[in-house]
Amino acid sequence: MKNLIDILDLSTEEIDQLIQTANDIIENPEKYSEKCRGKKLATLFFEPSTRTRLSFEAAMYELGGNVLGFSEAQSSSAAKGESVADTAKTISCYADIIAMRHPKEGAPLVASQKATVPVINAGDGGHNHPTQTLTDLLTIQREMHRLGNFTIGFCGDLKFGRTVHSLIAALSRYENIKVVLISPEELKLPSYVKKDILLKKGIEYRQTTDLESVMPQLDVLYMTRVQRERFFSEEEYLRLKDSYILTPEKLKNAKKELAIMHPLPRVNEISVAIDDDPRACYFKQVLNGKYIRMALILKLLEVE
Amino acid sequence: MKIDAIKNGIVLDHIKAGTGMILYQFLKLDDLDCPVALIKNASSKKLGKKDIIKIDSSEYNLDLDVIGFIDPEITVDIIKNGVLCEKRHLELPEKLTNILTCKNPRCITSVEQELPHIFHLTDRENKIYRCAYCEAKAKS
Repeated sequence: MKNLIDILDLSTEEIDQLIQTANDIIENPEKYSEKCRGKKLATLFFEPSTRTRLSFEAAMYELGGNVLGFSEAQSSSAAKGESVADTAKTISCYADIIAMRHPKEGAPLVASQKATVPVINAGDGGHNHPTQTLTDLLTIQREMHRLGNFTIGFCGDLKFGRTVHSLIAALSRYENIKVVLISPEELKLPSYVKKDILLKKGIEYRQTTDLESVMPQLDVLYMTRVQRERFFSEEEYLRLKDSYILTPEKLKNAKKELAIMHPLPRVNEISVAIDDDPRACYFKQVLNGKYIRMALILKLLEVE
Repeated sequence: MKIDAIKNGIVLDHIKAGTGMILYQFLKLDDLDCPVALIKNASSKKLGKKDIIKIDSSEYNLDLDVIGFIDPEITVDIIKNGVLCEKRHLELPEKLTNILTCKNPRCITSVEQELPHIFHLTDRENKIYRCAYCEAKAKS
């Protein structure tokens, strides 16, 4: 494997291997602190994403490597009209590995076809964000101690939420996953995701608008933000944004071992009163994101 | 109506009636200098009515992917010295390059004009192609 563009580029064995490495990094960080000495990661962020960029940068620094790059298109040659392919070829001369975020879907794939170093898709528009999915998988594995045999509820914006679509695709390859889809009518999971993944793989699922009624069944609750940028009308965004707000009252009937996840940033869909609940995993998820990116960088750079 | 048999060239037969002109345009046959015949609504035992295209040139490089994409039931007859020497049966191609264009405004191809428009067949049964870059469904 040379690049990571789509989560399905990785086999489940490769994902298991990455999770194993990430867990080892968490246990023995000092063992990895010099692994990438002399190596450079280029973070090419054609649109701002502080969280993902800093996670990649922190990952590289903790491996003893260095980082170069830019955090918005205005400070890159793209502002002068350079193509993604030319940028990728140029940066290949400076760095050993590239993490690219781009507002246009498919841009990291184009970069990977031209770059001579590995390319990681750090998010392309509303399309793919495979390292977020790896982060989610590591978090589930660490919280549940397994990647199969559980019921996961996805709540909020299931229509535009790419993290939801990718995680469903990734989980569909594991045994005995049950899915509960909780959303307002307007933000339901697109029918092609249901048809191409859930129905095709024979995954048991149900749809509901009522979070509390399904709460007792859930082992994992994956909350999402209703994203302002996906709406053409402000009015419609405002109408739907408060559809589901997770509060301590709504968790009354939840399992004691429930894992509450969220790709962040949150707006108000999880009450801050839940942050201290031991079931809240979303900040652990952020930390896991750094570790799985470390594991990925090591794998793509073929560092033993 | 009588159209002369061709000596060296290609006959596209069993074209669904009404699709001949679309195929003619996709294959850019109006750019050719050689004789080309498009026969519409010819009688057919199999289809009732069918279209036929005859290209009187052995030089023409036929894009089988285009034909397979438009209608894989079309048969391609290769004629040499007035004799049918090969009959090709088609199927939906796995990959289409520069036949369709991606209409997704968020796709990288919408801003980078020099990229080839590539589509992959993702559902043979329902003839669904998706863009190789953004995975948007093709709108033909």
